[in-house]
Amino acid sequence: MNGMSKFQTTVQDDSEKPMRKASEHLDHWYLEPDSPTRARVSNLKFWYGDGTQAIDDVSMPLIDKKVTALIGPSGCGKSTFLRCFNRMHDLYPGVRYSGEINLLPEDEDLINLDPNIVRMRVGMVFQKPNPFPKSIYENVIAGLRIRGITKRSLLDEIVEDSLSKAALWDEVKDRLHQPALSMSGGQQQRLCIARALAVEPEILLLDEPTSALDPIATAKVEDLINKLAGDVTVLIVTHNMQQAARISDYTAYMYLGKLIEYNKTNDLFTAPRCQRTEDYITGRFG
Amino acid sequence: MATPSSRRLETSKVQVSTHFLRKREMINQVARYVLMLAAIISVLVTIGIVYVLLSEALVFFEQVSVWEFVSSTSWTPMFSRPTFGIWPLLSGTIVVSGIALAVSIPFGLILSVYLSEYANPKVRETVKPILELLEGVPTVVYGYFALLVVTPLLQTFLPGLPGFNMLAPGLVMGIMILPYTTSLSEDAMRAVPNSMREGAYALGYSRFHTATKVVIPAAMSGITAAFILAMSRAVGETMVVAIAAGQMPNFTFNPMEGAATITTFIVQVSLGDVSHGSIAYLSIFAAGMVLFLLTLIFNLIGFYLRKRYRQAY
Ligand SMILES: Nc1ncnc2c1ncn2[C@@H]1O[C@H](COP(=O)(O)OP(=O)(O)O)[C@@H](O)[C@H]1O
Ligand SMILES: [Mg+2]
Repeated sequence: MNGMSKFQTTVQDDSEKPMRKASEHLDHWYLEPDSPTRARVSNLKFWYGDGTQAIDDVSMPLIDKKVTALIGPSGCGKSTFLRCFNRMHDLYPGVRYSGEINLLPEDEDLINLDPNIVRMRVGMVFQKPNPFPKSIYENVIAGLRIRGITKRSLLDEIVEDSLSKAALWDEVKDRLHQPALSMSGGQQQRLCIARALAVEPEILLLDEPTSALDPIATAKVEDLINKLAGDVTVLIVTHNMQQAARISDYTAYMYLGKLIEYNKTNDLFTAPRCQRTEDYITGRFG
Repeated sequence: MATPSSRRLETSKVQVSTHFLRKREMINQVARYVLMLAAIISVLVTIGIVYVLLSEALVFFEQVSVWEFVSSTSWTPMFSRPTFGIWPLLSGTIVVSGIALAVSIPFGLILSVYLSEYANPKVRETVKPILELLEGVPTVVYGYFALLVVTPLLQTFLPGLPGFNMLAPGLVMGIMILPYTTSLSEDAMRAVPNSMREGAYALGYSRFHTATKVVIPAAMSGITAAFILAMSRAVGETMVVAIAAGQMPNFTFNPMEGAATITTFIVQVSLGDVSHGSIAYLSIFAAGMVLFLLTLIFNLIGFYLRKRYRQAY
């Protein structure tokens, strides 16, 4: 990360009155022209089928080919927010959105697109590795098959490419046709990342991808997410602030469904603007 | 019970009396022996059944050559010069259960995919009990339904169809076992964790692709088990065929003819006035053994397939 801030905020810098900060949240961001935005969230609200409002008026840009981390206490709406991006909620009855998530530069609101089309463009990796009960190879090409890609040589190429990007190729290149479920948890999670990367998503969503992994596997996955930046736009939920600091370029802090603060990771952790953010990252709360 | 932990308990408010612990241990022991006894009895009963079947069949094969049994295509145990070729009974069994499976496998699969992947919870909660209710309809009812409704109906566009045929009971039996196969394979599909479905949807899979490319393959072991059980039931089913297919052993694979199956023959002979120990009486044990082997083979196939498809999610 370079030191130049790409964001400015309309909220006054009121660092002299730290206690007053607590009631504010920063939600108006202007991007400098040199920071391309991949998606812009505007006034997003979301309700579950039972009427629970889990997202309350969130607005933020998602910077192109950077890693953006979502942090916040458990139950604050991180997963819910993430799953808006690929319309995962639409699988369940009664959910409701308001606001927009515009994909740029096309400026298409994905809340109004066909969810199947959205999911073809926005990939996702889940908290628990969920490979299909098929071979490693079949898992990687699962998304390609339903996009009508059947040419063997092309599939082979994409498999090698995706597994390499997921830092898994060397470990599995001799057993591509063995069951994915015979792999370790960490390998399964990297396979799921390869499966998502194979279809070249515009945005890759990761929901606490390392929470079910041991420290060594976690380090491998973090490493690979670091390498993905510059290639893919990544939005990652993590409950672990150290992880957010290690792997992300931008960090958003959420609380009770609201976006409290959003900034370059370095700035957010070293100079939080909101009292609540500061309390959270210093461990005084949450 | 003077273990350090129980001594520590004496000073606390939570007192566990030794009497209570002894009683608990006694119940534990009694339960253990009762359960063991139940397991032993069921194993012994099974062994007994197989023993009776085999020993009577052996007596039969002292009088009839095994070669005649497996090669002859005529089954006439009541004739003065009886022949004992199993094929007429086997062909009837194969044709009727084949038709039943041809009906219940595709429809069972479609119905269970619908219930598990498409139907909203309200529809599912209504349809499943109805299916379970259908399972309780006595098979005699299905038998007369085949004979008195389905056969006449089929005769309107198959004019040559005789009153006793294998087609009608086959179709009706397929419908009869449909609730069974549907609810078993629906259970298998519902057992596929939601994370698997979400993984598929996240790649852009449609509902149909998620069902056919992910859920069905993942549930394959359960679905296979469902259809193996259905097959065993079809092969072992008696009433429908006895009523609607006639009871004449007939070596044919043409569903438009009447025939007997292994089970209908067994019922027919055991209900008739065949003298105990006669060759016709013994023949039902030989036929029963074939039925036993048939279901054993199905179960072994099912066991093998399940092992092949077994997936730890
Ligand atoms: N399926 C659901 N139906 C109703 N409320 C839900 C559902 N899932 C989550 N919630 C609620 O939405 C809020 C946000 O949850 P979630 O996004 O899972 O939080 P996080 O990922 O930050 O821990 C919580 O209050 C949670 O109870
Ligand atoms: Mg979560």
